[in-house]
Amino acid sequence: MKNGIAAVNPESSTLNGVVPSTVATQAVGELDGVVSFHKDVQQPVKFLDNRPVKLSVKNLVVGYLDKQSGHTMVAVDKVTLDIHEGEFVTIVGLSGCGKSTFLNAIAGLVQHQHGEIKVNDRIVTGPGMDRAVVFQKASLLPWRNVGRNITYGLELSGMKQAAARAKASYYVNLIRLNGFEDHYPHQLSGGMQQRVNLARALACDPEVLLLDEPFAALDAITRELMQNELLELCEKVGKTVLMVTHQIDEAVLLSDRVVIFSSRPAYVLADIRIPIRRPRKSLIKDSEEFRGLMNEIWRVIEGNANIGGGI
Amino acid sequence: MRKVTVFPKSNAAKKEKITGVLLGSSVIVLFLVGWELLFQFKLVNPLFISAPSRVVLALITIIEDGSLFENLTISAKEFAFGYGVAILVGFPIGIMLGWFKLIRAAFGPFIAAMQATPRIALMPLFIIWFGLGITSKIVIVLLSAIFPLIVNLQVAMSTIDNDLIHVARAYGATRWQVFRSIALPTSLPFLITGLRLAAGRGLLGVIVAEVFGGAAGIGYMIQYAGSTFQTDKVFAGVLVVAVTGITLDFTLDRLGRHFDRWRGEAAVH
Repeated sequence: MKNGIAAVNPESSTLNGVVPSTVATQAVGELDGVVSFHKDVQQPVKFLDNRPVKLSVKNLVVGYLDKQSGHTMVAVDKVTLDIHEGEFVTIVGLSGCGKSTFLNAIAGLVQHQHGEIKVNDRIVTGPGMDRAVVFQKASLLPWRNVGRNITYGLELSGMKQAAARAKASYYVNLIRLNGFEDHYPHQLSGGMQQRVNLARALACDPEVLLLDEPFAALDAITRELMQNELLELCEKVGKTVLMVTHQIDEAVLLSDRVVIFSSRPAYVLADIRIPIRRPRKSLIKDSEEFRGLMNEIWRVIEGNANIGGGI
Repeated sequence: MRKVTVFPKSNAAKKEKITGVLLGSSVIVLFLVGWELLFQFKLVNPLFISAPSRVVLALITIIEDGSLFENLTISAKEFAFGYGVAILVGFPIGIMLGWFKLIRAAFGPFIAAMQATPRIALMPLFIIWFGLGITSKIVIVLLSAIFPLIVNLQVAMSTIDNDLIHVARAYGATRWQVFRSIALPTSLPFLITGLRLAAGRGLLGVIVAEVFGGAAGIGYMIQYAGSTFQTDKVFAGVLVVAVTGITLDFTLDRLGRHFDRWRGEAAVH
């Protein structure tokens, strides 16, 4: 049954390195000029497959002990996934499908039973400074001001406060938090708190940035603004990112690849390339190409939900 | 950041505060004036009831003859030693009880039983063991003050935000780092509350212990004055104890607010 549903997009799986964009060429009216990629469709979209593999997951199996039944339940079932340097990969899937467990396993917070996780060819055995996680809840230390929250991860790695501040300052500026260093978390809005959370992760300068539904707890407007900001940020710093989300539009907007997980236990249903040129603008959400990609992803999820009765 | 105009606290709130202070102090003044009038019109026997003016006179007397200072020094010494040791011992015990499940399982019931025992009832034993001197009083203060500290710190450990621990672990924190960067700051407000309760209990302990079986100290002074019908002096002693207690509590409350700045106005009770 597994292979039956695994509808890996044939178009994307055959691409190697550089492919022409599949963007429709029709006029886009008032979006003209803003959505620049419509104009030069001949320009190839660069994929990052030639870059070295940053994060490599092979046959990963993660189980957990169900305390009620006493049985070991499988949450992640033989997932294999390679993420190249500078790539932004998003995992989508039904809620409770095991995608957060997968992310936690990569973070080293959850032990896996089988398989292998490697960052830069080093095997992951636990949490480490080569990965940083941004959780859904900002979870800032309420007694530390913004500045000291951002340097928290660095301080845990043994760095002195002053040195940590110096190292973090680049991201403080980038995320436009300068001037807020002396504020305490309770003085900030939810969106600002989440930006501090993001800055805290980036300050550690991780090899791989892990985002666990980072905007799910925010209101709709703040979420959209944060998506734009993250998009801009990622295009600027070129980090390797693995994100988990429920929002298909968020996944398409931000990612180079969208990986669809099945309902529990999770395995890879499809690995879809997002052939939209960067830099992107949030206005691409109005394009037909964007909607097409969203539909494609939605159909895979929907099909799996119907078959697996996963809802 | 854009500058915004912050409106000053509304006059209504200010007025309400002033009214509260006025009402509170006028009740006290009325009480004192009424008491004094009862005495002035010979409606009560001064031998039993005394009067504010006579209490003040007694207070001046014991200040001038040096007996207040002498007794206060002894009581303060007993309190300081007992309270100090209670903090030094109670803090780690409370933290460990909260932090380690096995230690809690082992010592929790024992400590609960100890806490339920009225310590002052053990005073005859302490006098047998440690004599009428300051050691038996120190032990009473220690036992009175230590339990509020232990209980508060144990509770503090159970209120630690699990999400914060999750974050710390994700950043590779060791168990010791989690303890230092999350458990300790979490425990601070609870420590202050524990210190306030402990100060009250310890003060009570020292006075009762001196009244019960002392040869010196404010409690002994009160007890001695009482048994020789020096009612004015009893009240003067009680007044000194009350003022000390209020000062101690106020200081600790201030200290607590200082450490609680990060909570902001909304959470200050």
